[in-house]
Amino acid sequence: MHIPDGYLSPSTCAVLYAGAGVGWYGALRRLKRAFMTRLIPLISVFAAFSFVLMMFNLPLPGGTTGHAIGVTVAAIVLGPSGAILAISLAVTIQALFFGDGGITTLGANCFNMAIVGSLVAYATYRLVATGARIASRRRLVGAAVAGYLAANAAAFVAAIEFGIQPILFHNANGVPLYAPYPLSIAIPAMMIGHLAVAGIAEAVIAAGLVAYLQVADPSLLRGTSGLPESGTLRLQPAPQKSLRKLWITVALLMLLTPLGILAGGTAWGEWSTNRVNAAGYKEIAPGSQTLPQPSAAPAGLQRLSSLWTAPIPNYAPQFVKSPSFGYLLSAMFGVGLLIVSSLLLQRLWQSRRAAGQP
Amino acid sequence: MKRNGALAGTLVALTRAFGNALVSEQIARRRGLLQTLDPRVRVVGLLALVLAVTLSHRIDVVVMLFLGALILALLSYLSLKSLAIRVWLVVLAFTGVIALPALFLTPGDPIVTSPAGSLHITSQGVTTAVLLIARVETAVTLTTLLVLTTPWMQILKSLRTLRIPQEVVMMLAMTHRYIFLLAQTASQMFESRQSRTVGVLDRSAERHMTTRTAGVLLSKSVELSNDVFLAMQSRGFRGDAKVLSEFRMRSWDYVGLAAFLLAGVIAVWAGRS
Repeated sequence: MHIPDGYLSPSTCAVLYAGAGVGWYGALRRLKRAFMTRLIPLISVFAAFSFVLMMFNLPLPGGTTGHAIGVTVAAIVLGPSGAILAISLAVTIQALFFGDGGITTLGANCFNMAIVGSLVAYATYRLVATGARIASRRRLVGAAVAGYLAANAAAFVAAIEFGIQPILFHNANGVPLYAPYPLSIAIPAMMIGHLAVAGIAEAVIAAGLVAYLQVADPSLLRGTSGLPESGTLRLQPAPQKSLRKLWITVALLMLLTPLGILAGGTAWGEWSTNRVNAAGYKEIAPGSQTLPQPSAAPAGLQRLSSLWTAPIPNYAPQFVKSPSFGYLLSAMFGVGLLIVSSLLLQRLWQSRRAAGQP
Repeated sequence: MKRNGALAGTLVALTRAFGNALVSEQIARRRGLLQTLDPRVRVVGLLALVLAVTLSHRIDVVVMLFLGALILALLSYLSLKSLAIRVWLVVLAFTGVIALPALFLTPGDPIVTSPAGSLHITSQGVTTAVLLIARVETAVTLTTLLVLTTPWMQILKSLRTLRIPQEVVMMLAMTHRYIFLLAQTASQMFESRQSRTVGVLDRSAERHMTTRTAGVLLSKSVELSNDVFLAMQSRGFRGDAKVLSEFRMRSWDYVGLAAFLLAGVIAVWAGRS
């Protein structure tokens, strides 16, 4: 899956360097908030471990052998940010020191394996295994599924990168300038090997390592387990106590709500019964292609439309003359209602938990 | 007696990694053309040529860059035989397999048709396959020149000139150092397991043994990182990485940098399609 130099166009490489850069920046920022001094040796040694793991030949069912990327176990032990950095370091050393994978394609390789792989592995593992006991078999299943999906997702993204090359980059004679196969060939060619071999190798090694850690060192599995922590290896930063950034963003979004007035007409499919007339049909016609238009509002629409009358219809309170101010007031009212609802739910949840505890 | 394939394969892969690293360190000590240049010039110059190879759309220009890389290799006392075995044949086998079907699958003007008439080799197919192979061979040769003539620590220090954060450079240095330690540990674990193995393990047993070894290696890695962290803390590490730089640019280095950049610009200009 290590793409060498020459397979991808410089502009594809630049876009993927930018994509990987966003991932690296985000991961470094998240981890710096955690604890940078502890982070450097841990990520470095884990990167070295992933590198060595990639050299392990794993016998697979069916008589073949494969090797894992190591991204799944990194995501399970370190979390997504740590895994992004650790696998990126391993891939960088492979490219710079061992010539495995290109320099111009380093961003692409990190994007595919470190970023896509880590995020898919982490999300899948959390989805399957959250709440399960550390020693639960569900964690093994979660690790195996996460490994299989992560390796295949990374390969799929690489296949798309290959497959768009001949479409976007060819000379006047139709000669593809980089990877020569279109998506219809690149995707099956990449995916067959990964679905049949590489995905299984990643799944086997991830499940095997989680099984080992369940017995030998369960604390390494606690950081991403979703269970209450106790003496764990945790690289996820503690939740921010200050919600200032969130409030500023919400306030900005509320101020921008009057932009909705700039769009003319009604959103397609959101018509009320009073729009089923000649003017309304004119508006609907471009989106309805050749379908015949009804002579009157459908009976079901008529009946159900009177079930509920909104207190502030069309985001325009009746006592406000200016539409922009009406939008702003509606936004403030809506946000306020949501905050009050969530506070009530939180209070309810906390009182239930307190009642459930001995 | 039949060998345990996966065990032996892993041992060979680990041993090869040590061997390659050793060869690189030996070549980097020779007094060839590239070795006399400032490491930053080598990093920036050779990477600029790799970029030029990727940007160039013409086979003849890519071939010229390949010939330039050959001359650089000879002047830097690199063995062409080892380059051929280590780089060119490997790349030819890998990229050749990928490029071969393009001869038939790329739509265009047929130049050879099979007797049955169902398969055509198109001129566009030949051009794209040759361009891909030439480009990959040249880019990998240039990267190998950099790796073989520059010790890893010098490459890392040079990366600082590309504005890569100190922390990242420090992590790359530590990763590289511990790769060899962990690879040696893994190699010893496999070797000791193989020496205790009588007969042939079935595939399932081999698989279990490999994952268990990986698990032990993982535990050792985390223990190692704890030890390294404590050692760093005891030496006063507070999260700020500092890298010493003793590089000095001389006039010869500026000449080398100018030559690299000029060659790159000419190649990009001449390689427009």
